[in-house]
Amino acid sequence: MTATTTSSAVARTYRDYDRPLWQRILLTREAAIIGLLVIVAVVASVSVRGFGQPITLTYLLLDVMPILLIALPMTLIMITGEIDLSVASIVGLSSVLTGVLTQAGLPFEVAAVVALIAGAVCGAVNGFLVTVVGLPSLAVTIGTLALFRGLAVGLLGTTAITDFPDFWTDLAKMRVGGSNIPLVLFLFLALLVVFTVLLHFTPFGRGIYAIGLSKSAAHFSGVHVERTKMILFVLSGLVAALAGIFYTLRFGSARGDNATGLELQVIAAVVLGGVSVFGGRGAIHGVIAGVLLIGVLASALRLANVTSDVINIITGALLVLSVVTNSFLAWLRTRRRAPGGKPRVEASTAG
Amino acid sequence: MFEHKRRAGALTALAVGVALLATGCAVDSGSEGGSDGGSGDSANLAITFLPKNLGNPYFDTSSTGAKEAIDEFGGTFAEVGPAEATPDAQVSYINTLTQQGVGAIAVSANDPEAICDALNEARDANVKVVTFDSDTNADCRDVFINQADAEGIAKVQVDLVADQIGGAGEIAILSASANATNQNAWIEMMEEYLASDYPDITLVETVYGDDDDQTSFDKTAALLQTHPELKGIISPTTVGISAAARYLSTSDYKGKVALTGLGTPNQMREYVEDGTVTAFALWNPADLGYLAAYASKALIEGDITGAEGDSFEAGKLGDYEVGADGVVLLGDPFEFNADNIGDFDF
Repeated sequence: MTATTTSSAVARTYRDYDRPLWQRILLTREAAIIGLLVIVAVVASVSVRGFGQPITLTYLLLDVMPILLIALPMTLIMITGEIDLSVASIVGLSSVLTGVLTQAGLPFEVAAVVALIAGAVCGAVNGFLVTVVGLPSLAVTIGTLALFRGLAVGLLGTTAITDFPDFWTDLAKMRVGGSNIPLVLFLFLALLVVFTVLLHFTPFGRGIYAIGLSKSAAHFSGVHVERTKMILFVLSGLVAALAGIFYTLRFGSARGDNATGLELQVIAAVVLGGVSVFGGRGAIHGVIAGVLLIGVLASALRLANVTSDVINIITGALLVLSVVTNSFLAWLRTRRRAPGGKPRVEASTAG
Repeated sequence: MFEHKRRAGALTALAVGVALLATGCAVDSGSEGGSDGGSGDSANLAITFLPKNLGNPYFDTSSTGAKEAIDEFGGTFAEVGPAEATPDAQVSYINTLTQQGVGAIAVSANDPEAICDALNEARDANVKVVTFDSDTNADCRDVFINQADAEGIAKVQVDLVADQIGGAGEIAILSASANATNQNAWIEMMEEYLASDYPDITLVETVYGDDDDQTSFDKTAALLQTHPELKGIISPTTVGISAAARYLSTSDYKGKVALTGLGTPNQMREYVEDGTVTAFALWNPADLGYLAAYASKALIEGDITGAEGDSFEAGKLGDYEVGADGVVLLGDPFEFNADNIGDFDF
């Protein structure tokens, strides 16, 4: 929400200006998640043996990279009030396509470009069904989740393709100089800049929030609702395909079942990062913190020999708690009237 | 405003609470895991088993065997693993074990290539790597504990069926799919072994149930119709043998046509108990875990390096020698029958 204050073109609401600046910056959902991330990271470095070493950062970043990448377009889609559940299947399909085409003798670069185009086409299929046919995105993308995964497994069966050029597989894992920063982080940072500017500093981005708050109001204000959604679904497919290529190279293995279930991790991180599933609310920095929080927690708990079931329980509980807290606070706020007897302007009622 | 601050404070308190709760769990088990991992001064006998996934009865059995072995030689047993059998999840765990600096990782690979780099990073950090049940590429691990070789698997099934039908008569094979690599190799060896050792037994037909329960069931029915003189069926696949047993147990052929092959005790228990099946074969996962644990110990203590011809001692199982490509063979497959099936749960 603080981002909207940077532009004078946006209508000023009580919500933006009824509190001092420090409160508007610090008492937000995003700040809470960032704070939590810092606390967890500090506590983990102090108390979990082995977490404090620099190599943790490398492994952690490589592990969460596909989630970080896909979370960017997912944030935009969810702010419009839609959802894309098919991303993990697109990751799988792009991975398989890269593998099959490389095996068929095409240069890796060509195979990767074909996989990216296929990802964009997958996204366009989702977008077409949602915007032109007018179906709910939840139903559409559950369908394409199965469809794209089926195509991926069908193309390759239960085998794996593992023969990729060393140059590319090394590149996916390469660290910058002698440091522990993986090179692929810069790919993410480039995309981060693109998506942050798109969401927070362009009319297109404000259209995204407007659609999430009220589709009809956005439409009558001149926002191209359907076109915006279409673009977002294509972007989502494209980035998912990119994540699929990275995934393939990182593990040196193209399989039909690559990244199964990744969509839930992405959506969990996005929701934890403060994006409302009903649309209209959320910010990129919160989502990044959400992804990293889940990553740091999982990494620290694994280092402490906690089983994966318990890690899932803790992540799940954190997610539920964050959504419940958000809804509860929103409910409290709607019961209170703003000074002057006017209702406070609210973005959304629930997280 | 005042009220608002109070709520904000409550939110912050709640967030900190969650953080402390979550990391609190980490602190407790962290100190435990830490002292375990760092204990050994001369030889770090902290051995962690990383199965394909947790909650899988097969790997629960192998871990039981591993724990028994590790308790015998005074090491530290741990088991970690993903909930889903995916290679990427295993990579995270291998990275974690590298950071913890365990003595050895015993892993059943979800993908021969995908976990390779992670395993090699672990080996660079002086962690020994043993694969069991499912191997990686040979250059990513020190030793592979092979549950059974093709020859042993082929031989035990033919011996079992010959024993059950009295060494003479018609038999048939119910296999997986027509291009299943393992099954085809075994069937070829079975044919050779039949020709050389059991000239009175005729293999009349090999049918393929595609590792599908219903198809295998139907193929069994068809087989018995086409060959009224059939005395025995070998099904070298766990899906096939249980489907065939289900058909036989409800038909007139029950007890008249012998059935054997590769199966798991939990699938076959009711058919062994009702007399449809006398005996079938598979390896014993507990022994597999037990041997993997002793191989890890031998690697950690420097008794073996994984080179061909190295030999080590493995408790109750006796002495083992490392074969070509760092492969250690567990031994002949294990026969399950009415007397011992009650001891197994996988």
